[in-house]
Amino acid sequence: MITTSGLTKVYRSRGREVLALDGVDLHVREGEVYGVIGQSGAGKSSLIRCVNLLERPTAGTVTVAGQDLTALAGRGPRAGRELRKARSHIGMVFQHFNLLSSRTVQDNVELPLEILGTSGKERSRKALGLLDLVGLSDKAKAYPAQLSGGQKQRVGIARALAGDPKVLLSDEATSALDPETTRSILQLLRDLNRQLGLTVLLITHEMDVVKTICDSAALMEKGQIVESGTVSELLATPGSELAAALFPVSGDASADDRTVIDVTFHGDSATQPVISQLSRTYNIDISILGAAMDTVGGKQVGRMRIELPGRYEENVVPIGFLREQGLQIDVLGQEPLLVKEGAK
Amino acid sequence: MTWSEMQPLLEQACWDTLYMVGWSTVIAIVGGLPLGVLLVLTDKGGLLQNTVLNKVIGQVVNVARSMPFIILMVALMGFTRSITGTTIGREAAIVPLAIGAIPFFARLVETAVREVDGGLVEAVQSMGGNTWTVVRKVLVPESLPSLISSTTTTIVALIGYSAMAGTVGAGGLGDIAIRYGYQRFETELMWITVGILAVVISVIQFIGDYAARGLHRRGGQSGAAPRLRLLKAATATSKTV
Repeated sequence: MITTSGLTKVYRSRGREVLALDGVDLHVREGEVYGVIGQSGAGKSSLIRCVNLLERPTAGTVTVAGQDLTALAGRGPRAGRELRKARSHIGMVFQHFNLLSSRTVQDNVELPLEILGTSGKERSRKALGLLDLVGLSDKAKAYPAQLSGGQKQRVGIARALAGDPKVLLSDEATSALDPETTRSILQLLRDLNRQLGLTVLLITHEMDVVKTICDSAALMEKGQIVESGTVSELLATPGSELAAALFPVSGDASADDRTVIDVTFHGDSATQPVISQLSRTYNIDISILGAAMDTVGGKQVGRMRIELPGRYEENVVPIGFLREQGLQIDVLGQEPLLVKEGAK
Repeated sequence: MTWSEMQPLLEQACWDTLYMVGWSTVIAIVGGLPLGVLLVLTDKGGLLQNTVLNKVIGQVVNVARSMPFIILMVALMGFTRSITGTTIGREAAIVPLAIGAIPFFARLVETAVREVDGGLVEAVQSMGGNTWTVVRKVLVPESLPSLISSTTTTIVALIGYSAMAGTVGAGGLGDIAIRYGYQRFETELMWITVGILAVVISVIQFIGDYAARGLHRRGGQSGAAPRLRLLKAATATSKTV
């Protein structure tokens, strides 16, 4: 749905050059929620602004819904008719909501429709429908300043949906909100993604956001995408920083003669209760040191750190059993160092 | 001088002042608003970035603004004649008043428009809006309270300038104060004009502030308690750690 290839953005100011995006290849599939995470200054904002060409990329191409936007852009800094038309079908929500304070909530939602040239009656019908969708039908006549942060973002989302977009870009949409409101906004985005088949590309610096709603994620550092993939692909990648951050496990061996292993469930393994099977089959006591698990579509995804009695040499058979179940096993103090080197 | 002698003088002077200030305000808005917006748009990083044009407009505005009004009036006499056919009277005074006020108002517009959050411009661009849409739907409506305050300031400044319009025989309150109050020692009449000017300026300032505040208020907080109606509760993805 969204594909960028070799996307590069260089900012020039007073003779200095700053490389904000360094050959970014991103591929967002139709109907998924894709999260780009990174620290501030990693280039996330430049990336999302390049997707609808609010920023002109220095090099590379952006394709949204099969349309090469970079080809539409033309040479000048101003957006031509074609590009503006394409933009009107890409919704965007902002960290600071960017609602017009001089307009009521309804008029804010109508703004994109005014730009599209929709008739007055149709505009207000559609705006009220969208406000109902985001749960704010009773605030149509209020001004943005009378709303809470979460409500403002709901208006922002309703406005972004006015042009019937296939794609929604979310620029740190929840970063100015408290945790409770963040959850409700993310839930709303998830619902819209499901109900309308909306493809969502969001950028964030909060791992929780990715964890809550993303099907796929990418980690950005210094203008480059360091890791990317679906959540289960990331989990299957040994040494993945994103997987470690998404599913953090911790805990140390309780005694010297114990084996600590990390079991990674990346969704492909059978849905059997492997841990209790392991315990029964080999008659061993297993203690769980830590776990970060989710169930997605009936499949278990996540990581678990467990402790087996005895040294590694004594546990080769049970570990083999787990591997047979299609699980990824990392033994602490054994291979992980090697594995990590291999990943990089 | 008796009151019955003063009254017609003052009445006429009030009308002359209102006439001159009124028309020159209208022209100042018509000319200054686009100029001020253009100053913002052509500036570095603006939607119509054009450094040369920006410098030229900026320079013209600066020069015109720093010109003492009385000099501007004299310097513009030729131009005034070509427009009104005369250099004397109320109509002739409107030309230099308006030309003096356009750059004055343009600078105030520029300041007001510059304060509009760039994020709003970006939002409209992301919806597919062009530069004209940005000006019409964002820059002007969002800076309207400031623009109204700027208009008030301009009107008050124009009342001040118009006192000098008497030198070209345009009449007005300032003219009365100088000709009768100062040159003929009619102190009483002078104080009355001062009083009238004070009242007129206060009233204009009050109306302007009231209008600006009224527009601002809808941007302010109202006591209504925010009520969040969540969409359906967590469905398929109840992600727990």
